Amino acid sequence: MKVGLFVPCYIDQFYPQVGIATLQLLEKLGVDVEYPLQQTCCGQPMANSGFSSMTGGCDANFVRNFTGYDYIVAPSGSCVLHIKDHLHDDKNPEAATHIRSHIYELCEFLTDVLEVKALDSKFPHKVGFHTSCHGQRGLHLSQMTELNAPDFSKPGYLLNMVKDLELIPLNRKDECCGFGGTFCVTEEAVSVKMGRDRVQDHLEHGAEFITGGDVSCLMHMEGILKRQKSPVKVLHIAEILNGQYE
Amino acid sequence: MSSREAILNRVKTNKPAAVALPQTLAFPPVPADACIEKFARTVEAVGGTVVEVTNLAEIGAYLKKHYESPERVLNTVHGVGFGQELSGPIEDGHVLANLEIAVVTGSVGVAENGAVWVSEENLPTRVLPFITEHLMLVVAAENIVSNMHEAYVRLDVSAPGFGAFISGPSRTADIEQSLVIGAHGPKRAHVFILK
Amino acid sequence: MSSSTYVAPTDHAKAADKFMEDEERVNWHDKALWFIRQKRDVASKQLPEWELLRETASQIKQNVLSNLDTYLEEFERHAKQNGITVHWAADAAEHNRIVLDIIKRHGIQKLVKSKSMLTEECHLNDFLGDNGIDVVDTDLGERVVQLAQEPPSHIVLPCIHKRKEEVGELFHQHLGTEKGASDPAYLTEAARQHLREKFLTSDLAITGVNFAIAETGGFVVCTNEGNADMGAHLAKVHIACMGIEKIIPKAENLGVFLRLLARSATGQPITTYSSHFHRPRPDQEMHIVLVDNGRSIQLGRKDFYNSLKCIRCGACINTCPVYRRSGGHSYHYAISGPIGAILAPNMDMKKNADLPFASTLCGSCSNVCPVKIDIHNQLYQWRQVLSDGGYVPKTKKIGMQAMATVLSNPTIYRVAGKSGRFMMNLMPGLANMKAVNPWAKQREMPEPPKESFRDWYLKNKKKS
Repeated sequence: MKVGLFVPCYIDQFYPQVGIATLQLLEKLGVDVEYPLQQTCCGQPMANSGFSSMTGGCDANFVRNFTGYDYIVAPSGSCVLHIKDHLHDDKNPEAATHIRSHIYELCEFLTDVLEVKALDSKFPHKVGFHTSCHGQRGLHLSQMTELNAPDFSKPGYLLNMVKDLELIPLNRKDECCGFGGTFCVTEEAVSVKMGRDRVQDHLEHGAEFITGGDVSCLMHMEGILKRQKSPVKVLHIAEILNGQYE
Repeated sequence: MSSREAILNRVKTNKPAAVALPQTLAFPPVPADACIEKFARTVEAVGGTVVEVTNLAEIGAYLKKHYESPERVLNTVHGVGFGQELSGPIEDGHVLANLEIAVVTGSVGVAENGAVWVSEENLPTRVLPFITEHLMLVVAAENIVSNMHEAYVRLDVSAPGFGAFISGPSRTADIEQSLVIGAHGPKRAHVFILK
Repeated sequence: MSSSTYVAPTDHAKAADKFMEDEERVNWHDKALWFIRQKRDVASKQLPEWELLRETASQIKQNVLSNLDTYLEEFERHAKQNGITVHWAADAAEHNRIVLDIIKRHGIQKLVKSKSMLTEECHLNDFLGDNGIDVVDTDLGERVVQLAQEPPSHIVLPCIHKRKEEVGELFHQHLGTEKGASDPAYLTEAARQHLREKFLTSDLAITGVNFAIAETGGFVVCTNEGNADMGAHLAKVHIACMGIEKIIPKAENLGVFLRLLARSATGQPITTYSSHFHRPRPDQEMHIVLVDNGRSIQLGRKDFYNSLKCIRCGACINTCPVYRRSGGHSYHYAISGPIGAILAPNMDMKKNADLPFASTLCGSCSNVCPVKIDIHNQLYQWRQVLSDGGYVPKTKKIGMQAMATVLSNPTIYRVAGKSGRFMMNLMPGLANMKAVNPWAKQREMPEPPKESFRDWYLKNKKKS
């Protein structure tokens, strides 16, 4: 099994440690991982702003980089969802189709493809899990509270394998944090208010760390926590699953 | 071209590809006792009061005990034997402006939501169950069904010129989401289940 | 009625800023609406068949939209047989004229109106007011906003943006309640008495329509307060106004819709009153106005037509994390929240170009929708349509073009990443000018790491 690692642009630029943790975790689990060097971005920033017409270049570049892998894995539900829903390449339609149906968000790759049963990781802290919307409602990584359907959580399942980690409950399990791509600046006030409310839910339940599957949401909440001079830190779920913290 | 034609033409041109109407939903029948019990619980949950009786005279006795003066009660159910009994129509609903209590027959009760079907056939005037301050509905136990699908199987809602499902007393939560019973319709609702 | 002091906003973000100046109100607003969302969750989870009901409702509506012309004709035929006069209005102006004509023919000066979002969409109150007709909204929340000279901020809870003290003050001024009194029960009783007098003295009542049945030629109106019934049954003339999409094929379909409507809206198992009108009283005139007003156009938009399935329950509004914090007026359209944001651009793309962007695309709206409208996908699609049509600011387009150029070329992307953190500028905007950077106003920027992932990979992992 050959896996192409997709490290979304903002992770590459701002949170390289998340890419590193993802790579190390996959390799620890015996996966043959390759990072295609000419990758950039999934094109979501333009598309969600209404300019999907401008994503042709990103699409073509993505297909060039990720053709020929059995699976493509990325530590971001949002970027994976974008590829799944919107990747097209008129010159290589078959390659694009293969990528769309073989791209996985990290957690679902671990639970559904690798069928991981145990992890060698330790995190002796109280952790709040932030459910990012695109991973949840788009990729169905966990059950949505709106539906009358059985509960499950792929990230929750994985976090429960981490030694000494205590997952805290939340009042609003799957409320959006307000990042929303360019929404975070075009609707700054609403975005920040949503983020503060989300962070507050974690703080009220005693979180020492907030984790999640999307760095975009975490970056937004981290920005708020830091402005509040809160000691609470954010970590991507890959960092926890890969870690041996004390 | 009239607006009618213009609208219909545009709709005809623009409508999506034809799709069949889905099958009618039906669910396994619920035993009668469970239905009645659920109905009673739901009526209470929506702010109504349930009284189980075995004959209409018991309703009369109940009214007499609780409301003493028969002048306060407009009774459209023959056999209750208390209040001002009325059989003919009322020409103008405005005369009911100060009505305190009305006793009305409901033809079907619905367990899942506590609603009772009240229709023109059983009303001297349409406004009666809305204008009265206190509504007393009488439903026969055998006419209580489990859910709305069954209710519509039982009823021909187009037979009367007017009919309504009524579930509990009128209510509003428009001011700060704080529930107040008694908006424009009745402030109280009783449902007598006739077994 | 004097002309309104209310000035409709034109930009969602600016209006949201204003609503959020009062954080205590925003917190209350958010919690009140979330509470309703939770009640909806509880109610929906009591029915094991809930998801089947949603799917069935969606399919019934699909059938309706795909046969809308024949159902409309069938409805008209049966309604006429029932003695109801049927009118057709191509747009809001024609709707308003039809209503005014009926009112004038009867020499009527004042009327009562129960909730109808269609009449809000058509701005009927303003039109009738300008023609000297006194319109009294009888839904309590609608009466409150009418007295405040504001539009409703929510389709089910028209005055959810107001605190009880504000309602108390309005009622003190207009209904003579005690100064400072704000107890909801007291204020509701005052409204009951005030409006009862209106019901008893009005010869004409206007209501909305929740469902119109093609097979029987009747229509259903749902309320909790009983105001539609009090108005219609006491008036000599009843006018029911409806959008053409409100048709359902058969009476039995109501079993599905009435099970979903109130549970989705407020968590009640059904509204207190579900009134089925089929024929006028012997001494009464009954009119139905069938209104298009852009619906037949929306029907032809393949990505958007299923927004016409909407039964106006408001569930998407209650669950919307943006709506709960920005308030209904920030949407500057008769229907607020996510559903309003996908309906409004059809009416006027220029005026409503901001609304599909007033969302994080979280998708909760689509999940609570009882007729399974893919609301968040339509928000996304409207963004494409509006950008393609040139309805978004030019500067945004230029910025996006620059971003697209950088992100589609690996070399430029890497150069940009290294040179002064061009990425910082792109996302999330203007990092170098901290004072005007909307990200940094209330959030810290992420700290730039010493190397990118790719740099690390080349150093540490690259095998060949």
